[in-house]
Amino acid sequence: MDEPIPPREPSIFERMRNRLTPEGIPSDDRGRMRMVMDSLILHIHPAKVEVSSMKWTYTWGLGGLAALLMMILGLTGIVLLNNYTPSAPQAYLDILEINANVWFGELIRNLHHWSANLLIVVAVLHLIRVFLTGAYRPPRELNWLVGVAMLLLVLAANFTGYLLPWDQLAYWAITVGTSIIGYVPLIGQWLSRLVLGGPEVGANTLLNFYSMHISFIPLAIFGLMSYHFWRVRKDGGLTVPKSAGQTEEPKPERVTTIPHLVHRELIFALAWTAALLIFAMLVPASLEGIANPALSPNPAKAPWYFMGLQELLLHFHPLVGAIVIPSLAILGIFMLPFFDLNTASVGVYFRSQRGRSLTLLAVGLSLIATPIWVLLDEYVLNWTLWLPTWNTLLSNGLIPLAVVLLPLFLLDSWVQNSFHADTEERVLFIAAFLFTAFIVLTLIGIFFRGPGMSLYLPWNMPAPTH
Amino acid sequence: MSDAPSSPVSRRDFLKAAWMFLGGLATLETVGVFIAYLQPRLAEGEFGSVITPGKVDDFPPNSVTHIPNGRFYVVRTGDGGFLAIYHRCTHLGCTVPWDQTAQKFICPCHNSQFDRQGVVENPPAPRPLDLFALTIENGELKVDTGKIIQRQTFETAQVVYP
Repeated sequence: MDEPIPPREPSIFERMRNRLTPEGIPSDDRGRMRMVMDSLILHIHPAKVEVSSMKWTYTWGLGGLAALLMMILGLTGIVLLNNYTPSAPQAYLDILEINANVWFGELIRNLHHWSANLLIVVAVLHLIRVFLTGAYRPPRELNWLVGVAMLLLVLAANFTGYLLPWDQLAYWAITVGTSIIGYVPLIGQWLSRLVLGGPEVGANTLLNFYSMHISFIPLAIFGLMSYHFWRVRKDGGLTVPKSAGQTEEPKPERVTTIPHLVHRELIFALAWTAALLIFAMLVPASLEGIANPALSPNPAKAPWYFMGLQELLLHFHPLVGAIVIPSLAILGIFMLPFFDLNTASVGVYFRSQRGRSLTLLAVGLSLIATPIWVLLDEYVLNWTLWLPTWNTLLSNGLIPLAVVLLPLFLLDSWVQNSFHADTEERVLFIAAFLFTAFIVLTLIGIFFRGPGMSLYLPWNMPAPTH
Repeated sequence: MSDAPSSPVSRRDFLKAAWMFLGGLATLETVGVFIAYLQPRLAEGEFGSVITPGKVDDFPPNSVTHIPNGRFYVVRTGDGGFLAIYHRCTHLGCTVPWDQTAQKFICPCHNSQFDRQGVVENPPAPRPLDLFALTIENGELKVDTGKIIQRQTFETAQVVYP
């Protein structure tokens, strides 16, 4: 008679819920919300973080900002796909349509455009921060390599995206940019045809670039980004800031990631998202007339982040200016953590007091020397005229390169002898000098080059002809 | 069973090497397939095919005529010969316009300048403008835009006479 009531079988919904959360769900709302958020966040962040490594003026939040921009780019990119056809001339008409007739179309496009441009700046600043604090030294060499690879992919993403609006600006920037491929020794012509899908930028190029822009490049960036985050934890978290001359390791003081780090990140991301939205509402992304292969605008400039490279091309034979120098630069950046080894100064901005002065000196010297060199080469030096019978690769390539490298060696030995700089300070000095030179060249290319690529003062610049 | 004659390569090592070899071969084949797949395809009758810009008499001596859909200039020399010059700058690929008043090709991108035979007068262009193969059949010019001829100097052999 008195049979015990068997325990009730869980319903199908209860069983589904139990599979999702084997530990059971907290009964209060607050607890439930935290459970979801925490398990997500703690996949990316460690449970506890160093207080001092969160210091705003140490990291400037640059890595986080790059990640935020990636997310914005992914989201806006996906929705832009719904209103874009990668064929000429429809691509251009689609952009006009997005700007004129799609709800929030112009805002989404502007947001994508400005986030992409800002990402280059932020990624480079992130690299500089890591370099200046020596944060790439053992055991973090591998993550430096991953970061530099991502920077190259970000440039590739920007460059392939640049062509997609199919306007005059895009067409000629990509024509000038891809012509550099033709100067790769031996396989240049073949490689150029492969990338362009023909002898010149055309319908096949648009399709090739579109496919790279939306599949391979974002996929590769996503993979490397996940690995980059994971390596930060694997290598023991962020480096800890120290002041110059501080010998003993700072006392560790750790707090829980939730809420101390997560709240900062949230506020930072919200503020930047708001700023980007406002900027995208006020400043439209450029759009010129439809691409016309028969008419090169004067001047025809590469995308702004390649203007430093284009400036080099005005001074060197293309093989030297576009292949040799950039390859050496990229190789040098990759190699940095393998000859800059002193882990004692990790976390110290500029390595030391002397490092700080030497950096200032390098930046100052470069700010003076680079414009002087550009002016000299523009108006005085004329190797091809002086050595008319020489091969232009020698007269316009290797000789000017030697002329530029010699003072750099002299500077290096001067710093070594007069300031008793050690290896890490010499690396800092040379890198600061060369990087400043690159920035100056980029600025000259953007603001001082006018029609015929002649030098003009920005306020006297004649209007470009189209 | 008798012992196999001793060999410097064990069965295990041989099979390992064979697998490595076949795996490498398969990888190379896959790469080859993708590279072949990505080769550009060309449509008939477009740039890249043989283009007929006109008859011999359409071009007066000492003239430079742009043929936009063929991407070239028909240059007729003073003594009546012809050159088909690709309009793409040999520096970075901009389209080079003919400047009638200066009587030269002046590139708007980096100010490379070329004379009427396409020879560099002012760098950064590293070599003269490229040529297309030009033939004359029954008084009609035929230009094969699929064949780009690179050159280091101007030679009279490049000029085609009717």
